[in-house]
Amino acid sequence: MDALINKRIKQVLKGDKDAFAEIVDLYQHRLFQVCFRMLGNRHEAEDIAQEAFVRAFINIHTYDQKRKFSTWLYRIATNLCIDRIRKKKPDFYLDAEVKGTEGLDMYSQIAAADELPEEEIMKLELQDRIQYEISRLPDKYRSAIVLKYMEELSLQEISEILELPLGTVKTRIHRGREFLRKQLSRQPNFL
Amino acid sequence: MNACPERIVHLMHEYLDGEISREHELELKSHLQSCVDCQAHMHELSDVVAFVKGAAHVEAPTNFSQNVMARLPKEKSHAGVSRWLRHHPILTAAALFFLFMSSALFSNFHEEQQFSFTKQENVVVEGETVIIPEGQVVKGNLVVRNGDVRIDGELDGNLTVINGSKYMASTAVITGKTEEINEVFDWLWFHIKDGAKEVVSFFEKEETK
Repeated sequence: MDALINKRIKQVLKGDKDAFAEIVDLYQHRLFQVCFRMLGNRHEAEDIAQEAFVRAFINIHTYDQKRKFSTWLYRIATNLCIDRIRKKKPDFYLDAEVKGTEGLDMYSQIAAADELPEEEIMKLELQDRIQYEISRLPDKYRSAIVLKYMEELSLQEISEILELPLGTVKTRIHRGREFLRKQLSRQPNFL
Repeated sequence: MNACPERIVHLMHEYLDGEISREHELELKSHLQSCVDCQAHMHELSDVVAFVKGAAHVEAPTNFSQNVMARLPKEKSHAGVSRWLRHHPILTAAALFFLFMSSALFSNFHEEQQFSFTKQENVVVEGETVIIPEGQVVKGNLVVRNGDVRIDGELDGNLTVINGSKYMASTAVITGKTEEINEVFDWLWFHIKDGAKEVVSFFEKEETK
């Protein structure tokens, strides 16, 4: 697989744009999944995952073929996701009135999005529930947890993707697990 | 549970990372057997892992690839050039070399604005004019830069005038070729011919040996 990828990359480097399509085919689901789990929204995830491939194409000459291509690609995607998450926060004014509502401002919207009332949580389907809990993780822990449990990557690979020391990755995963434990233990019969 | 050392929780995470040593595992197990609170903690953490791992695989939407390909930037011509330069470092170096060489030659043309000429016997200089007086014979080539030439006598050789003009009296005789150079390109051409002539004469000498 690595040999095939390196061959395609060489073709792209020589200007053969179509060779890139095969690279996209091979990695599209993995990259889309990371973006979806990080952002919690299919539409945004598609946009960011596409953007990650475009960036990879433009900067392909900076990729070091001695290293793993997927690591490099994941790094581009997670960085874009984290940028998007950070940009989203101050993107709206909290006290602005929400269109089509009377007297409802963004505070109530965030409360609705961030913390559902218990009876609402209980009504969620399991998959929605998982995504809901993941989306409440602080983004530092979220990227580590998503890469570890949803992409099933090794701690070493995660450390290379996030460009963090191995010890830091472990700490983030530990804290992420504790965070989720506290979330879930508040609803006693969550499973 | 507060009484339990933090170390135990750390061991739980080591266990979940699959990176626990035999010793640590035994330590954790013996603790869990005696501590109900830590047992519960361990259970909850295992449940968290199972819960997160229960996430279904998500697939990219159909047409994802096509959409990416449509979003790729159209290759601009300069991208092709820069890639070519990256892939042909020696040719790039050669091209740069020629660029610098030729620009040096051009700047020489402008810098060499001083009046100069080949030193020959029987030649008289008045201001910026080189004169071969009437009745005199100059043997050899004469090159005059940034000045004029007046020939009343005889020149037994080639005459080259760069950035100047030549005046010939009716008595003037030039046995060799006469050249007047005023343009940059002529100047360049002159240099090339000069270089070529030198090369040729070098080989000729070699042959006569």
